[in-house]
Amino acid sequence: MNYLTQRLLTFPLILLGVSVLVFVAIRMVPGDAITAMLGTEAGLLTPAQRSALAEYFGIDQPVHIQYWRWLTGLFEGNFGISSTYGRPVLEVILERFPLTLELALLSMVIAIAVGIPAGVFAATHNERTSDLAVRLFAMIGQSTPSFVFALLIIYVLSVFFGYLPAMGTFTPLWVDPLANLSQLIFPAITLGLAFAASVTRISRSSMLDVLSDDYVRTARSKGASGRSVIWHHALPNAVIPVVTLSGVEFGYLLGGAVIVEEIFALPGIGRLVLDAINQRDYALVQGTVLFIALNFLIVNLIVDLTYAALDPRIRLGNK
Amino acid sequence: MHLTHTKRLLAGLAVATALGSVALAVPAQAADLRMAWAQDATGLDPHKQTAFSSLRLLELIYEPLVRLNPSLEVVPAVAESWEFSEDGLTLTFKLDPEAQFSDGTPVTSEDVKASFTRLLDEATGAAARSNFLSIESIDTPDATTAVFNLSQPDAPILVAMATINAAIVPASAVAAGTVETTTLGSGPFTLENWDPNSRVVLSTNENWAGGDVPIDGITIAVLPDEAAILASLRAGQIDFALLNDPLVATLVPNEPNLQLNRVPGLAYNVLQLQPARPPMDDLKVRQAISCAVNRQEIVDTALIGEGEVTGPLTMPVYASDPSTLFCYEQDVAKAKELMAESSAPDGFTAKVIAATGEPPVAASEAQVLQAQLAEIGIELEIEMLELNVYVDRWLAGDFDMAVAQNGGRPDPYPMYNRYFTKDGNLQNVSNFVDEEVHELLEQGRVETDVEKRKEIFQKFEARLAELSPWIWLSTSNTYTAQLKTVQGFEPSPTGTLFSLSNVSID
Repeated sequence: MNYLTQRLLTFPLILLGVSVLVFVAIRMVPGDAITAMLGTEAGLLTPAQRSALAEYFGIDQPVHIQYWRWLTGLFEGNFGISSTYGRPVLEVILERFPLTLELALLSMVIAIAVGIPAGVFAATHNERTSDLAVRLFAMIGQSTPSFVFALLIIYVLSVFFGYLPAMGTFTPLWVDPLANLSQLIFPAITLGLAFAASVTRISRSSMLDVLSDDYVRTARSKGASGRSVIWHHALPNAVIPVVTLSGVEFGYLLGGAVIVEEIFALPGIGRLVLDAINQRDYALVQGTVLFIALNFLIVNLIVDLTYAALDPRIRLGNK
Repeated sequence: MHLTHTKRLLAGLAVATALGSVALAVPAQAADLRMAWAQDATGLDPHKQTAFSSLRLLELIYEPLVRLNPSLEVVPAVAESWEFSEDGLTLTFKLDPEAQFSDGTPVTSEDVKASFTRLLDEATGAAARSNFLSIESIDTPDATTAVFNLSQPDAPILVAMATINAAIVPASAVAAGTVETTTLGSGPFTLENWDPNSRVVLSTNENWAGGDVPIDGITIAVLPDEAAILASLRAGQIDFALLNDPLVATLVPNEPNLQLNRVPGLAYNVLQLQPARPPMDDLKVRQAISCAVNRQEIVDTALIGEGEVTGPLTMPVYASDPSTLFCYEQDVAKAKELMAESSAPDGFTAKVIAATGEPPVAASEAQVLQAQLAEIGIELEIEMLELNVYVDRWLAGDFDMAVAQNGGRPDPYPMYNRYFTKDGNLQNVSNFVDEEVHELLEQGRVETDVEKRKEIFQKFEARLAELSPWIWLSTSNTYTAQLKTVQGFEPSPTGTLFSLSNVSID
């Protein structure tokens, strides 16, 4: 059996585990769809009213029956119906997902475009003032919470430029690319800069390691130019930890950037799941978490396959 | 290399800004009101929804028989007139013959009957049902007359009908079971599109009997962060917004193009004590707490001045002057004296629950109370809870003390019968029964003379403040903010946005 098949076969097992976890976890949280909808007014309900509402929200059955129904539904591609949206869960998720994917890609592009050159620069200027400056910025970038960045951007834009991208009414890329970009660029910068800070730090330290390797010295002694040694000999090897980091970060971003989505009012996966938890929309929470888990598995698999492509010495599956 | 990197970043920013300006240059449709709020509606069934945003949205789409104007007087909506019989046992409504649903079908007495029948049916699960239990039957002698037969005189029922929870929905929708999913109302707007937690699109209802609406429609964006709402107003991206957080609202007047509409709401901030748990079962302990609390200081610090000290009643018609109520001036000496005579002379430790962000000032209120009660040897441990968790604990009465913001009503009876009558639905939250308080509420329910009702409820309020099952603190303001180009909005203590039907944009 080849490596890819082996990995793909583990997916259903992991997803089954996730499905149990999320199913139980969301039900262990106090409150239900009824109190989420009515708040303290739920106390005015008579027992008959309460059971009518429980039936409406599908929470009147014992938990194991609810789980069985949901699980068998999954095999038929039915993720359930969201009580908030009154629509199939999968439909709602797929509607929100393009935004999250686009935001994650944009952030990653920003992170890599800024982070790798900055890391290489710092490594080649090791312990000089410019290196310290890059490291300082990276440290600030990594330790500043994204909501501070986000609010700062909104404040600066609206106060000093009297401008703010239209929020709340999101324009998909295929409808109007310019409007879409104007709405996503600032959230992407917010996420991308923090992400870039980690990329900078990892690529700097990894580059420093590689630069002291024998083969780099050999390349130098054979007369390769400094630039060529760095970009052609050292970087391809130094970049592997960066791929790992980016993969993990990208996986997280596909789960939605809750805070940034909240502040910039972007209807992505992160807000979807947060609102679903707040409204105790069980079907939607379960479906979204499962979807996020699947994304994470896929991204991880791609990262592992990328290793092999980057470094022929890595033979997947024959460890 | 560092320089080129900076240049690239700057260039990127410049491009982004340019892109933004392009988007900005696209002219906005002047006749659509662009609105924002932080919390979206949670559903579309007017009989079942109780969340603030849901009510505010549905008030634009549906109409009750009567509604309250900003002075909290009952005014016509679907009904053009109404009358109680001499014995108070029948309430007759004459419907506006012009009233029609947005699809053009007239609103008839059959719709009224079907709506209330649905509301009273336990299978509907409408929390507001508890306000209408005195309705015995509804007669419909003709298409524009609806007669409510009551089992006992019920003065507050008219005010209870003046909420969107008693909306008139089409009898056909009730029969088809579509009220939950499809909106069809007789209000000034119709719902074009609702993308939950993202945006709502309303268009003007051409068939509305209430007159011409100057705008073409309303687009409501959900911006969960109120600082972003303020920034959007500042940048002119939206015309109108609902604000909840006083810290954000008080920044609005700093902006020359913006206007803040501030109106004292009917809701009240309160420290609920749990009299079922010792030592809060001891009257002296409760009174000591009431005397130790400096209400004005809480308003000035936790609420940054945005509110008024209040007794149990918040509606201007019935509210007493707070300074006449028991220990409304802080009196630490008296509080210490009461504590010394109480069952807990050495003080005690209590846990106080509060909901995160609901209201936004809950945490700071709890902290100020903690400091004030420490003066008389009561040590408060603050437990901040996620809203649903808080609601769960609150409904179960599972707390020593709770910082709460409870909804107000324009009439004292529906506001407090749930907590303080013997058979009140929320008796297990208040755990407090007092014969006199119960009697006064029941008297207020059947008395129809306004002056006599005022007397009854003044006694009720004084008694409640003296027994201190809860420590009533303050009202809060409700806020809307708008561009100065928006004309004609009149805010109301109920928080309703119904007046958006009168708004025009310059």
